[in-house]
Amino acid sequence: MSSISPQHVAEVVSEAIAAIVGASTGDELKAVRTAFVGEASPIAAINATLRDVPADEKAEAGKIVGAARGEINQAFAAREKAILDAEERERLLAESVDVTAVASRRRVGARHPLNLLMEEMSNIFVGMGWEVAEGPELENEWFNFDALNFDEDHPARAMQDTFFVDPVERHLVMRTHTSPVQIRSLLSRELPVYVVAPGRVYRTDELDATHTPVFHQMEGIAIDKGLTMAHLKGTLEHLARAMFGDGAKIRLRPNYFPFTEPSAELDIWHPTFRGGARWIEWGGCGMVNPNVLRAAGIDPTEYQGFAFGMGIERTLMFRNDVADMHDMVEGDVRFSQQFGMVI
Amino acid sequence: MRIPASQLREWVALPGDATPEHIHDALVSVGFEEEAIHAGEIVGPIVVGEVLEFTPEPQDNGKTIRWCQVRVAAGDAEGAVRGIVCGASNFEVGDKVVVTLPGAVLPGPFPIAARKTYGHVSDGMMASAKELGLGDEHSGIIRLHEWGLNPAIGDDAIALLGLDDFAVEINVTPDRGYAMSIRGVAREYAHATGTAFTDPAGSLTIAAGSGFPVAIKDDAPIRGVVGCTGFVTRVVRGVDRTRTTPAWMVKRLALMGIRSISLPVDISNYVMMELGQPTHCYDLDTLTGGITVRRATAGEKATTLDGQERALSPEDLLITDDKQILGIAGVMGGASTEVSDSTKDILVEAATFDPVTIARSARRHKLPSEASKRFARGVDPLVSRAAAQRVVDLLVELGGATADGLGSDIVDFTPAPAIVLPQNFVAQLIGVDYSDVEIETVLVDIGAEVMKSSDGWIVTPPSWRPDLIDAPGLAEEVARIHGYDRIPSALPVAPPGRGLTRGQSARRRVAQVLAGAGLTETLAYPFVTEADNAQFGSIDGSPVHSMVLANALDPNVALLRRSVLPGLLDTAKRNLDRGLTSLALFEVGSVFTPSGPNGSESIPAGTSKPDAKVLDGLYASVPAQPWHVAAVFVGPVTVKQAGQPAIASGLTEALDAARTVAAAVGVEIDVRQGSHHAFHPGRCAEVLVDGRTVGFAGEILPGVAVARDLPRVVSAIELDLDALIAAAPDHVEATAVHVYPAATQDVSLVVSEDVVAEDVRRALISGAGDLLEHAYLVDDYRGTGLPDGHKSLTFALRFRSAEKTLTQQEATDAKNAGVALAANSFGATIRE
Repeated sequence: MSSISPQHVAEVVSEAIAAIVGASTGDELKAVRTAFVGEASPIAAINATLRDVPADEKAEAGKIVGAARGEINQAFAAREKAILDAEERERLLAESVDVTAVASRRRVGARHPLNLLMEEMSNIFVGMGWEVAEGPELENEWFNFDALNFDEDHPARAMQDTFFVDPVERHLVMRTHTSPVQIRSLLSRELPVYVVAPGRVYRTDELDATHTPVFHQMEGIAIDKGLTMAHLKGTLEHLARAMFGDGAKIRLRPNYFPFTEPSAELDIWHPTFRGGARWIEWGGCGMVNPNVLRAAGIDPTEYQGFAFGMGIERTLMFRNDVADMHDMVEGDVRFSQQFGMVI
Repeated sequence: MRIPASQLREWVALPGDATPEHIHDALVSVGFEEEAIHAGEIVGPIVVGEVLEFTPEPQDNGKTIRWCQVRVAAGDAEGAVRGIVCGASNFEVGDKVVVTLPGAVLPGPFPIAARKTYGHVSDGMMASAKELGLGDEHSGIIRLHEWGLNPAIGDDAIALLGLDDFAVEINVTPDRGYAMSIRGVAREYAHATGTAFTDPAGSLTIAAGSGFPVAIKDDAPIRGVVGCTGFVTRVVRGVDRTRTTPAWMVKRLALMGIRSISLPVDISNYVMMELGQPTHCYDLDTLTGGITVRRATAGEKATTLDGQERALSPEDLLITDDKQILGIAGVMGGASTEVSDSTKDILVEAATFDPVTIARSARRHKLPSEASKRFARGVDPLVSRAAAQRVVDLLVELGGATADGLGSDIVDFTPAPAIVLPQNFVAQLIGVDYSDVEIETVLVDIGAEVMKSSDGWIVTPPSWRPDLIDAPGLAEEVARIHGYDRIPSALPVAPPGRGLTRGQSARRRVAQVLAGAGLTETLAYPFVTEADNAQFGSIDGSPVHSMVLANALDPNVALLRRSVLPGLLDTAKRNLDRGLTSLALFEVGSVFTPSGPNGSESIPAGTSKPDAKVLDGLYASVPAQPWHVAAVFVGPVTVKQAGQPAIASGLTEALDAARTVAAAVGVEIDVRQGSHHAFHPGRCAEVLVDGRTVGFAGEILPGVAVARDLPRVVSAIELDLDALIAAAPDHVEATAVHVYPAATQDVSLVVSEDVVAEDVRRALISGAGDLLEHAYLVDDYRGTGLPDGHKSLTFALRFRSAEKTLTQQEATDAKNAGVALAANSFGATIRE
């Protein structure tokens, strides 16, 4: 029979903890484990003597030894974690890369700003309950001219610089505006009609800094009971503010278009335009000419409405400071990529 | 239309200090567009001088200059008499001349300074007409007595000659022909400002003319309208052809952009600008008999005064005498009867022609002139007498001629029908409650006759406003003259909308996801060459029908594209030329795919809705124009970077793009080995939906790429987006996601090299049944260990049951069933 000396146990514990704390690498810790934690360690030896402790001391001795072993194991575990953490940290630090030099595996693409702008403008109208209408770019003259009150000898018809398609007698033209979509909408939709028609149009202008034979327009038409020129003004004002902010203003000036009467030129003003706050010509508009309604079989004494249109290229020019039309048509990726996915 | 301020001032109360901006603003407010300002850009001092003496001095260069002493101010003050070197020799001692003194600036700009020349200090310059912007005369200096002027020495020549005058230029819309005259613009200025207006046509005393035979014989009116409804002629005799056009007229014509030619022609032009009525002066001695206005006959020819012989159309209206064609009506006079230096007697013509006739002739002969522009827009049919009188008066006053009672006075004018303007019409169209007085005032001011009716007004528009034909036209007059600023702003409420259509949303998504996938959207013109459409518009090279522009800007690029790819390839080339080497471009756009006859034999009038059959014909006349999406890939996906070699682009990019598009549309596509004559014969995939071809993805035939100055490897894709969208289900039917553990197995199958991997995969899927959740190709091995002409395809298979955890045996059984089908179909054997 022998007794277990608490003092001896405490000495063994402090010796073991000192060794554990002193270990600074995984290998050292392994050696410490063998010497101070494992089967051959002093505390294991003390533990082995427990069976020889007299019965009345056994509980107390067991408690002391158990606590000692717990203390050692806990210290070991803490040290082991600290060392593993430090080693992991070192490994990770060794894996550092220069994040500014990481190679990329894919390109970043971009939309064309003209399409983005048409989509944004369409969204404003869709938000008001209008719908987006479409029609063919190669169009029958009837839809492009006759139905829009351009009589065959109308001076404005000669003015339009139309691309005709062979044979000319077959009456096919590249649409000179998106207005034929208005007629198609009036013919195919139930009244009232509130639609916008964005799209590509054609005129025989040579490409230069401010002209292109192929360009884009956004037109709108609203036919309902009781619509007046005040509604035209309100709609355009809303569009201007939605696009340019509350600071935007519009004004109408008298003008002439065969398909509207009265007709007006639309100017827009904004404090942030390049070149300072000023009026810029934006588009044309007016009250739909009764002849246009008649061509669509609508009784002009019952229904009336307004129409408007503006050039998308022109809008992009003053909205986004694009100085030269070439940039919009040449397809240089650097142009689209300035915009990315947002205009 | 250019309006000299001095001329405007004759008919309206223009403020003395009116600036060009003031006039522009006023005219813009009533509906004209501001175009430009034309000014003499002359700065004084420019004064009247008198030549006191001169000494001719021959020079080494053969010229003889004159060293002159010129008095430019009265008295003995220094500088009152100046030494001036002059190269001209058309003047005498005692002549009053125009002297530009040092400090003056002439148009050019050409600043005047005292300068040493030909051995003298020339202290100013004696000016020619051209130097002052008064026409083309530059053979000598201005001698003021020749201009009918005798001012005092030292007088300001700028005021004397109207050199400080300026013109504002406005754009006149085609409906307002009357405003292509000072008369019309002055009236509009009065509308804009409320000032009084004097009608220049109403300020003349008109003498009747008779005895000159004129006949109008229109056997072929266009659209039922007689070509000529008015023909006023006057004879003047004894024009002094030594008289030149006075400075004020030359100056005004110059400001209006018209060159001075001769006194009679200048007067004719001046009156046209003043009253809007083109007139013509014939040398009376060259005429034979009276005048007949008639249509040309087929095959007839005429020589116009530009010396060109022109083949005439039976639609051309001619002015003829008993022997010859005097001119094409309203378009251009003939060469043989124009006034010349020897002309003594003149026949003045002021006619009224049908706008359509003149517009067509001007277009046909490509002779847009100031006269034809006015006739085409409609000249006031009641102004012809006044215009003829004005020309006569000026020829008498300036040309020393005498008026002759000889002439003709045909003016066949029917007023336009009166317009009923209901009481509330204007308010209901414009949205402004104008008072009755406001409405009536405008209508009276524009020259209409206005009668009050029980419910509104009966309005007869003035003879110069053929554009006013209905109530909206009158409402526009009221609105524009009171100003569009009066119109309030109200937002209309549209009925609830349905948002974008499926097709619109799908096209937007396609563009968004392709951009998200790293492609850049570009927009090419849809005009291509014949070769482009033959190459890319046809799958197998068989001829295709293309629409061709009749008036293409570049005749070599006149076809409407059947494929989006040529434009993309051109765009790629342009980018490459600019040093941009890694390119992935796409376009969503329409192509033009005519089939069979297109267009219409004839089209109905636009005055009413065509009947259903005609309308269907119009719809059907327009060729199909489906939306396509296409993309091209040139150069590496990414260039060489630190730690990563360049990643080449190829078929992968094309096929990934196809899958991306399909996902954006929500449609399932199949891909199989394809054949397209513009693509690499072994690297072309046909893309199908429900067994129908919707496009191709692959490498462009290297020869085709190289011929377009592109690298050999260019991959591309083009899909019929409309077909994809049409095939997409309108909604997705979801199936349950099963969560029992998956069993995964690989299988390697040996097949002949010509067996397509996808076919084997499909056989596995089909044979393995429902338990096979997913199968994909992980390896395609060829080489040692395999029979000649064979390959080993390894597929990774994932099995899962909806009801339980699968055992390995169950998965193996399913796999074997799949292998069995592959073996049956393609002779596949398991590679152990």
